[in-house]
Amino acid sequence: MEIAFYIAGAVAIVATLMVITRHNPVHALLYLNVSLLAHAMLFYLLGASFAALLEIIIYAGAIMVLFIFVVMLLNLGKETAEQERKWLKLKVWAGPTMLAAILFAEFLALVLSSRQSTYSPAVVSPREVAVSLFREYLIGVELAAMLLMAAVVGAAHIGRHKKLVLHRFLKEEKEREEEKQEEMVL
Amino acid sequence: MNEILKYTLMIVIILFTLTTIAAWLIWLERRMLALWQDRYGPNRAGPFGLFIVVADTIKLFFKEDWIPPFAEKAVFVFAPAIVAAAVLLSFVVVPFAPDILVADLDIGLLFFLAMSSLGVYSIVLGGWASNNKYSLLGALRGASQMISYEVFMGLSLMGVVMLSGSFRLTDIVMAQKDLWFVVTQPVAFVLFLTAGIAETHRLPFDIPEAESELVAGFHSEYSGMKFGMFFIGEYLGIILISAMVVTIFFGGWLGPFLPPVVWFTLKTFVFIVFFILLRASLPRPRYDQLMEYGWKIILPIALLNLLVTGAFTLLKN
Repeated sequence: MEIAFYIAGAVAIVATLMVITRHNPVHALLYLNVSLLAHAMLFYLLGASFAALLEIIIYAGAIMVLFIFVVMLLNLGKETAEQERKWLKLKVWAGPTMLAAILFAEFLALVLSSRQSTYSPAVVSPREVAVSLFREYLIGVELAAMLLMAAVVGAAHIGRHKKLVLHRFLKEEKEREEEKQEEMVL
Repeated sequence: MNEILKYTLMIVIILFTLTTIAAWLIWLERRMLALWQDRYGPNRAGPFGLFIVVADTIKLFFKEDWIPPFAEKAVFVFAPAIVAAAVLLSFVVVPFAPDILVADLDIGLLFFLAMSSLGVYSIVLGGWASNNKYSLLGALRGASQMISYEVFMGLSLMGVVMLSGSFRLTDIVMAQKDLWFVVTQPVAFVLFLTAGIAETHRLPFDIPEAESELVAGFHSEYSGMKFGMFFIGEYLGIILISAMVVTIFFGGWLGPFLPPVVWFTLKTFVFIVFFILLRASLPRPRYDQLMEYGWKIILPIALLNLLVTGAFTLLKN
């Protein structure tokens, strides 16, 4: 099973690199999706099957679809790809690469100094996840729920828009209605 | 080694049976539709017209497999494979009988939901890669429809999970030894079936491909066996949803006298025919009606069902 772990890890790394270097946004998102699936595989191999499946259902299956949805609507053509190509010049790469290299060196030093296999899967059943979520981390769950509620209210507010009335008679009628509503509020 | 051989053989047999049945469903659908509309349907090739499927398949294979020059080639070729692969992967967890199943995962139900959520990509990418207005519209409709109905699909099943106390499908089947979940969770059954029809984008919820407004929606530009893949994926989806309804709400393989596989097949067949009957009898709703119906009616009912089930389970303990 350790081999499967390394294969999934390699896929995740390669896919993530492809996400950064693609010029076409939809292709980049598809690679991001592959990366998420590889991460789900890693979770599963480490024994966290519940987290793995939630990763697929929520990230790969819902959030990424919405991402692609939006990018599709934007209809980014060749100009955007050209712009991306301009942005991805070697000069731009230098700074981030150096910083990342420092981090990577540090990480390597840490891993090499500990010198033990870190692959030790412990199977966690969905029941255990639920118990720890609703006992130990109950406050966290409640806070997350409140945050999500705020997001829903915000989205509903942004999504609400006044009906555009083009016909003059209808417009009068609508204005009258609005006046009535204002009176009621007062 | 013996274990591996056994499972490999099982996978091969299940794959072969499923794809064959999915192909023959085309014949079944046409014959049943004909029956309900008082005509004969395909009855020339072979006994009862059974060989029409063979003829159709041969025709599909020899058709020109055309990729439009304006299409996004890699994604265009890749898209039809996703739907068939995702649906076939879901069958990994379906318990056909106590000893006929590929993997008895302790998160089987979630695995099914995950795979059905990946099926959306096929529509979205197929529509986008075709670079065609109708396809794009179909893809947009498909994406929003399937994401919305996935939510209710998951929520409606959670009541069953509460009652059986497990995500494992064999446990869910065994929990129905005395009473089917359709009796204790009738609301969940109706919601799941509705969501299942929307997930497989079958009539009356076939608005991503609504031929009277969008030519053929997301697969307008597809031809040959690539179109065939979408087609097979759709029929496999029907089998999958029927099999899941049977497993979760109708006691799976459980039943007196007959062997378990026969019971499972019989029950699944009933639901497959029900899918076809729906196509024969219901008109297609408008797109905004579908979305409104989902978010304003089904979602509150699913949440209420969850609440009531939770309260009951709590009181019983």
